[in-house]
Amino acid sequence: MIFPRILLLPVLLLLVAPAGLAQVDAFAFENDEQQQRFRRLSNEFRCPMCQNANLTGSTGGVAEDLRREIHRMILAGSTDTEIEQFMFERYGDFIFYRPRLRPDTMLLWFGPVLFLLLGGWVGWRILRQAGSREKKALAAELDAGKQEKLRRLLDDE
Amino acid sequence: MSKSVQKRIFFVPVAAFLLLVVFLWRGLYLDPTELPSVLIDKPMPEFSMTTVENQPVGNVDLPEQVFLLNVWGSYCLPCLVEHPTLMRLSEEGEFPVVGVNYKDRRQLALDWLERNGNPFAYSILDEEGRFGIDLGVYGAPETFLVDGEGVIRYRHVGVLDESVWRDVFAPAIDELRDPDPRP
Repeated sequence: MIFPRILLLPVLLLLVAPAGLAQVDAFAFENDEQQQRFRRLSNEFRCPMCQNANLTGSTGGVAEDLRREIHRMILAGSTDTEIEQFMFERYGDFIFYRPRLRPDTMLLWFGPVLFLLLGGWVGWRILRQAGSREKKALAAELDAGKQEKLRRLLDDE
Repeated sequence: MSKSVQKRIFFVPVAAFLLLVVFLWRGLYLDPTELPSVLIDKPMPEFSMTTVENQPVGNVDLPEQVFLLNVWGSYCLPCLVEHPTLMRLSEEGEFPVVGVNYKDRRQLALDWLERNGNPFAYSILDEEGRFGIDLGVYGAPETFLVDGEGVIRYRHVGVLDESVWRDVFAPAIDELRDPDPRP
């Protein structure tokens, strides 16, 4: 009854197949393009019930319903924009992992750039200041050299 | 010049640190689970469904006065917690309570109402959770405050107990009735 254990490996791998993938694949589509749109959309929407999970990865009841709704809308011929609008009208900005560009989301979108510029400005000021200090020290040194020369000239006389 | 610039630059990290403190401090007291409803001040979504008693029900059947729309399910433990408050409101009769039986089974819902008492004028049967999606619901219990024109005015997520009624709903209703109390 010696059984090569390595043969069990594929079976074990099947057992650990991600639950999220299994859920997504439970829906039947007419073609690959629809299937890919479904995957992309379920990955982009955030589950309203489970914080920090997308619709694909969530086992929450409402995530299941929303996946079913996306599936239905894709088969009914809705565009991605229509599906996004459908979600937005019911769950608001919360549903998007990528918030829409609007006056009140400007800071969210461009804040990082703003902080980068601010940091760059501060860094530039510090560097410039250090540079000017060095120049002054050099100037002082030159002055000392000149004075030495002057002293020597005077001594020669 | 360099002395004063040096001094000013010294304050940059301190200012940045203080700014960070303000943001993080605020973050400590924010509720990340709060999901503001986009349906506030919007009319109730169109629906044409049945009640758990299998009677047809639609928008025209909604009460023509301020009422509560309570999302519940027989599987939902917090719904039992808020049940006495809903029973009290129903007995007082000032505000009708319309139920949405969310992602449940008809028979289980009927059993639950039989066992615990029925505070609802009627309960809209939403086995699939499709009506829940239109309401932006993400789990029972949730309670909407709807005005006489069928416009959603407030949404509460979670248990509606006596303290929530006193602190949140009663003031909201007062405001609905008299938007500007000052003469």
